[in-house]
Amino acid sequence: MSSSTPLLEYTLHLADDVLILGHRNSEWTGHGPILEQDIALSNIALDLIGQARNFYQYAAGLAGNDSGESIYPAGGGGVVTEDTLAFLRDGWDFRNSLLTEQTNGDWAKTILRQFFFSAFQVDLYEQLAVGRDTTLAAIGAKAYKEALYHLRWSSEWVIRLGDGTDESHQRMKKALEELWKFTGELYIPAPYERWAAEAEIGPDLSQLRVRWKERVKEVFDEAGLTYPVTEWMQTGGKEGRHTEQLGYVLAEMQFLQRAYPGCEW
Amino acid sequence: MAENQWPLWEIFIRSKQGLDHKHVGSLHAADAQMAIENARDVYTRRMEGVSIWVVESKYVHASNPDDAASFYDPASDKVYRHPTFYDLPDELKHM
Repeated sequence: MSSSTPLLEYTLHLADDVLILGHRNSEWTGHGPILEQDIALSNIALDLIGQARNFYQYAAGLAGNDSGESIYPAGGGGVVTEDTLAFLRDGWDFRNSLLTEQTNGDWAKTILRQFFFSAFQVDLYEQLAVGRDTTLAAIGAKAYKEALYHLRWSSEWVIRLGDGTDESHQRMKKALEELWKFTGELYIPAPYERWAAEAEIGPDLSQLRVRWKERVKEVFDEAGLTYPVTEWMQTGGKEGRHTEQLGYVLAEMQFLQRAYPGCEW
Repeated sequence: MAENQWPLWEIFIRSKQGLDHKHVGSLHAADAQMAIENARDVYTRRMEGVSIWVVESKYVHASNPDDAASFYDPASDKVYRHPTFYDLPDELKHM
């Protein structure tokens, strides 16, 4: 077995984050609170899965360059593709942050999850776009505009519900309690993220964290929500140690390809 | 349920080539800001436009179809209102 490279791991991490969050959001399709918001969230899901495809295509090329047997699963033809990376890896191979795999809960939890992630993603992609890896830079530049809109959309919903009725405020508070412990992981670098920062491919996460706090505080102030002081954060997702929630996502997402390998429709 | 419904908004989109905003449909939203964003998500996802106007439907006042006879029929036999009865000088090309 050949070993993975940090660039491949970093690319897979970027891909897994948006695939898993995109899949979670897509679970709302047909179930949104109102037709217009159903479409809005489905659009965001499609944006994220589109970004994931770009990253996986790049990763598949990197995995294919390995001499010898790849550690990443290949399809029927023995080739690693974007599809085999998404559908044939197991939970411990996924490098997404824990935040992205958390359950949808109610509308408040879904939009707060999106807000936390988008507030991180805009700065990540902005930095990626000026990084030294030309492919990742191109993906970052294109996806940055999408992330900006997601941030705007989710910010307004956080404000709407936080500063809305008693019930909507309570639901936002509950969502905040459930999700806060997963936000710190975004900024605690995994080894491949440290490598990316040193290689000037990706950002220094500690600097991004400052900006994230400002963004979140600004919206929370307007929403009448208190920025939590809790320091303890759950980690592990970026190195393959996930919460139980990821298994459910993969079971639904991967079932068809695992039950009927190579199936196309 | 009816009283919990968000108000209806009429949506106007200007396409890249277009000079004017055209009515494309309506949607529900809690306020103007949300109406613009909903319009972005519902009506511009296939690159239909580059500018959006929204108007709350209750502010659109319409003519009554029952008045159609007295409103529009009288114009139908007044062809002299079209500027087609003038002899144009030969020098004038693009009329």
